[in-house]
Amino acid sequence: MNAILEVEDLSKRFGGFTAVNRLTLHVKPGERFGLIGPNGSGKTTLINCVSGSLPVDGGRIRFDGHDITNLPAHRRTRLGIVRSFQIPKPFTSMTVQENLDIPLEYAAHRRSREADADAAEILRSIGLESKAHLRPAGLTQIEMRKLELARAMAARPKLLISDEAMAGLSSAEVDDILAILFRLNEQGITIIMIEHIMRAVMRFSERIVVLDAGERIAEGTPDQIVRDPAVEKAYLGE
Amino acid sequence: MRRTGVVLVVGLLVVAAGMLVASLRVNPYFYFAAYVILQYVVIASAWNILGGYAGYVNFGTPAFFALGAYTAVFLIQSVRAPLPVLILAGGLVSALLGLGIGYLTLRLRGVFFSIATLALSIVLQTVIINWEFVGGSRGLSVIRPSGPPFGNYVTFLFTVMVFLAVVAVTTARFIERSWIGRGLAALRDNEEAAECMGVPTLRLKLFATTVSGFLLGVAGAPFPYYVTFVDPNSAFSLDYAVNALAMPMIGGTTSWVGPIIGAVLLGTAQQLATVTISSEMNLFIVGVVLVAFVVLAPEGILGLVRRLRRH
Repeated sequence: MNAILEVEDLSKRFGGFTAVNRLTLHVKPGERFGLIGPNGSGKTTLINCVSGSLPVDGGRIRFDGHDITNLPAHRRTRLGIVRSFQIPKPFTSMTVQENLDIPLEYAAHRRSREADADAAEILRSIGLESKAHLRPAGLTQIEMRKLELARAMAARPKLLISDEAMAGLSSAEVDDILAILFRLNEQGITIIMIEHIMRAVMRFSERIVVLDAGERIAEGTPDQIVRDPAVEKAYLGE
Repeated sequence: MRRTGVVLVVGLLVVAAGMLVASLRVNPYFYFAAYVILQYVVIASAWNILGGYAGYVNFGTPAFFALGAYTAVFLIQSVRAPLPVLILAGGLVSALLGLGIGYLTLRLRGVFFSIATLALSIVLQTVIINWEFVGGSRGLSVIRPSGPPFGNYVTFLFTVMVFLAVVAVTTARFIERSWIGRGLAALRDNEEAAECMGVPTLRLKLFATTVSGFLLGVAGAPFPYYVTFVDPNSAFSLDYAVNALAMPMIGGTTSWVGPIIGAVLLGTAQQLATVTISSEMNLFIVGVVLVAFVVLAPEGILGLVRRLRRH
């Protein structure tokens, strides 16, 4: 089985509500993987389980040869699973550059002097170098999203999970973020994209899985997905 | 490394200066008052490691302080242990309590954590009130050992507290400047994001609560010899909870300097008020100053200075 991430039979319940129901999912190394589904379909719960923010109720998760089902989140980050947050969660008391120093030091194990150089380089590549010494409160929406991605890059991910990095952005800004994600993927980083902006997911993904009510209802290339009647039904109703 | 050397030298100089001041034998009340202020430097610095760096507001300072004091009382009563042993033991027992509180952070955050620490203080006070061996609710007279290493016992205790203040401040400074301090700042800003960026949040929180608890216990351990009469009302006094929080807030919580500034300013003001007006003025002053700062300078004196410099 040639997969970097293997989710086997995963279940997550909140009280009586089953958010993810015995889901199995494999992501290949270097793949651009799209995860879509209506609101409440379990996408964010799934990645919370994968990144370690939530404990699972059943099933196993393997990453890069390790069983990570019971690892705390920070250990998964060190193995290479890094996520960005739907609502940006910057470290508000620190400058943009210091925001990157945290993952560089804690996840990528860079000493503070090397970290400064690395942070500067990441900020340059993402177009935030002029903001390096600002606090996050002084950033615009798109800059905040870029900081979220830059911070994730600083953790040196093998698998980057981008949770709605583009929600609320203009179409030019969406292209901007997409270009960054394409570039990261070319560097060999596997990317899982969760997104409601169909134009972006369809252009980006090589393979898409559609969730509804915590179960997989469709899987395939973007072309197959748009023609799938089950997907249409989940999104638009009968 | 060179920086560390400089800090050590400065620390030793401060202790030496303290010994010098102790040998001057000015008005004994001076040492009495200075002891209290130095004790607050320790308490404020210790509180700030958890409250300022990690953002977990601890209302249970009296519990930790009194645990240090009552550990000392217990050891004095049972084996007449010498002062260094009292301080170390008081610190360790409070550190254990700190570790326990650390595990609370798994489930309790923000205001709920604060309420739990407040409750802890009340529970512990009830236990002590019902423990006759350490004096129960009536309290207990403690006889100072005869013949301190130098000077009289008050000047000796004053010097000890200078030393403890240096230890507390150096510890706080070291934590702040190290990877631990950066990790604590990250989890204070956003715990979930910090964890997802590789910061071992639980381990760092346990470290902060344990070290903070240790230093609060250390501050309380010489207390029985200082007052020579320990009762639950004085050891668990609300003053400690309020001052431990107010002093760093007034000085500035993001730096090790803040608690010192706050403790010296507020501590001195309280001592002056006690002598000149009345002892009831203490908490009144703290209250007024704290409200003023929270409204006008939420980042404390350090934040105020930083803001002025920028303009």
